[in-house]
Amino acid sequence: MAAIVTAEGLHKSFARRGSTSPPVLDGLDLELEEGAVLALLGPNGAGKTTTVRILSTLLRPDAGRATVAGFDVVRDARRVREIISLTGQQVAVDGKQTGAENLTMMGHLAHLPRRVVRDRVAELLTAFDLADAASRRVDTYSGGMRRRLDLAAGLLTRPRIMFLDEPTTGLDPRSRQALWDVVRAVVDEGTSVFLTTQYLEEADRLAQRVALVDGGRVAAEGTPAQLKRQVGEAGVELTFVSPADAGRVAPVLTAATVTAATVDGARVRVPTDGSVAHVRSVLSVVEATGVVPEHWEVRAPTLDDVFLALTGHVGQDRPARSAEVAA
Amino acid sequence: MTYLLRDVSTMTVRGLRLVSRDVDAIITAVLLPVIILLMFVLVFGGAVDIGTDYINYVTPGVILLAAGFGAANTALAVERDMSSGMVERLRSMPVTAWTVLSGHVAASLVKNLVTTAVVFGVSILMGFRPEATPLEWLAAVGMILLFVGWITWLAALVGVLVRSPDAAGGFSFFVMFLPYVSSAFVPVDTLPSWLRGFAEHQPVTPVIETVRSLLAGDVATVADPGGVAALAIIWCLGLGLLFAVSAGLAFRARR
Ligand SMILES: Nc1ncnc2c1ncn2[C@@H]1O[C@H](COP(=O)(O)OP(=O)(O)OP(=O)(O)O)[C@@H](O)[C@H]1O
Ligand SMILES: [Mg+2]
Repeated sequence: MAAIVTAEGLHKSFARRGSTSPPVLDGLDLELEEGAVLALLGPNGAGKTTTVRILSTLLRPDAGRATVAGFDVVRDARRVREIISLTGQQVAVDGKQTGAENLTMMGHLAHLPRRVVRDRVAELLTAFDLADAASRRVDTYSGGMRRRLDLAAGLLTRPRIMFLDEPTTGLDPRSRQALWDVVRAVVDEGTSVFLTTQYLEEADRLAQRVALVDGGRVAAEGTPAQLKRQVGEAGVELTFVSPADAGRVAPVLTAATVTAATVDGARVRVPTDGSVAHVRSVLSVVEATGVVPEHWEVRAPTLDDVFLALTGHVGQDRPARSAEVAA
Repeated sequence: MTYLLRDVSTMTVRGLRLVSRDVDAIITAVLLPVIILLMFVLVFGGAVDIGTDYINYVTPGVILLAAGFGAANTALAVERDMSSGMVERLRSMPVTAWTVLSGHVAASLVKNLVTTAVVFGVSILMGFRPEATPLEWLAAVGMILLFVGWITWLAALVGVLVRSPDAAGGFSFFVMFLPYVSSAFVPVDTLPSWLRGFAEHQPVTPVIETVRSLLAGDVATVADPGGVAALAIIWCLGLGLLFAVSAGLAFRARR
C-alpha cells in the first residue's frame, strides 16, 4: 500500500541563536500507510506535538520534507488542509458556546452542507455521550467532557487523514474506550490516523505500526507485537518485606519454573505469558516456601520498559503511571 | 468566494455569542462610560467653561472613549483564541486568517453599537440635548462605527502579536487614554503647545469634531465641518485597512 503521510529528515529547533539546547527534531523519518493507524509514542518533550504541527501545516520544519497525500506540507499547505483534521493536545472549544454550537460551528467552517452538519453533530454527541449536555455551555463541562467534545469536533468531516495529539490523556477508561471505538469506525471508513500517545496500551489497541520517538528521531519502529517482543514479556512481580525474603524465594522460583527469576531489592520478577495456569503455578511455588509477599501483580511491559529496552534510558518528565495487569 | 462569506458569517455568529455571553465585560463596557460621563459632568463640569453646556460638549468624547475601550477588548478575545487550541485547529482547516479575525471585528461593531446606544441614553437623561436630524444621527453613528472599526482591527493585530492576556489588557488601557489628548474633553487650544500639535493631528480629534458637529452643532469648534469629516473618514478607513492587512499577515506569520 502507498504511504499517505511521509516525513524525511525533519529538523526543528526552537533554540535562540547562541543557545546550546538540542534540536527538538533531529532527522525524524516516518511513514503512514493509507488506511492505517500509526502511533507516535514518546515521553513529554520528545517532539510528538512538534511533529504533528509540522505535518498539519502549522509549523515549518527547519530542514527536511514532509508530504500528506502527496502534497508538500509547506508549499501545498492549502491542499493539505482540505483533507486533514487536527485534534491538538490543547482542547479547542469555546467555553461560552454550548457543545452543539461548538460542533455546528466547526461543521460550517469545514464547509459541510447544513443538513449534514445537523445529522453529524447529533450523531457525534451521542457517540461521545454528550447528548444530554449538548445545550449546556462548555464552561460547565468537566475536563473529560471537553476533551470528548474536542475529539468530536475533529471527526465532523470525514477527513482522509486525521491527526490526534494525545487524544485520550485525561479521559476515564470508559471515554477512552469510546474514543477507540470511534477511531476504529473512521478507519473502517478509510481514514488514515496519525496518533500520538504516551500509552503503549493505546498504541497496541489502535495502531498497526508504532514509532518510538527519542531525542528527536524515531528510535524504533514496528508493529506493537514486534516492539513488545523486543522489550520482553509480562512478568509476575512479587514484593516482599525485605530483600532477604526476596533472596530466599528467587532461587526456588528459578528452580521450579524454567525461567530465571530476577531480584531487585525486595522485589522478585518472573516472566510469564499471563495465562491463569502459569500465574497460578508461580504463586503456588511462592506459597510453598512459606514466605508471604507483601504485594504481587502481573505487569505488562509499560512505556518505561519499552523505553528502557530500546533507548537504554528512561524518558524524562513522564507522569508515573500505575502498573497495568495483563489480560 | 461563496465560502468566504459563509465563513465570515459563521465566525461573526461565534463572535457575537462570545461577546454577548461575557456578562462581566458587558457590565464594564456600559458602566465605565457612564461613570466617566458622571465624573466629567459633575466633577469637572463646573470648572470647564466653554461657553455652553459642558454635557453637550463632552458626550461625544465619552462615547468615543467608551467605543475605543470596547473595541480594544477585542485584543483580549483574539489573544484568548491565539493561546488556546482554537487557532491551531482553525489554521489546520481551509479557513483564511482574515475570516477568523473578521468574526471578532464584526462582533465588536455590534457590541459597541449597543453600548453606544446605552451611553447616549444615559447622557440624554443627564441633560444632553442633541439637535440632530435623523440623517445626522445616522451619519454620527456611521462615524462612530468607522472609529470602532479601525480600533478593533488594531486590537486584533495586538491580540495576534502579544503573548499574554495582561499585555492585551494593557492595550485597552492605552486606547482609553487616546481621547484624553484630543478635543474630547477640553478644547485643544487649552492644551500646552507641545501636546496641542499631537492633539490636533491625531485621528481621534477629527472624529470627535465630526460627531460633535453632527449632534450638537452649537458647540462645534470647527469652521469647516465637511473638511474635518472627510479627514476623519480618511483616517479611519486608512488605519482600518492598514491594521486589517497587518493583522491578517501577522496571523499567518505567527507559527
Ligand atoms: N513554540 C515553541 N517554542 C519553544 N520551544 C518549544 C515550542 N514548541 C515546543 N517547544 C519545545 O520543544 C520540545 C518538544 O515539544 P513537544 O510539544 O513537541 O513535545 P511532546 O512530545 O508533544 O511532549 P508532551 O508529551 O509533553 O506533549 C519541548 O522541549 C518544548 O519545550
Ligand atoms: Mg505534545
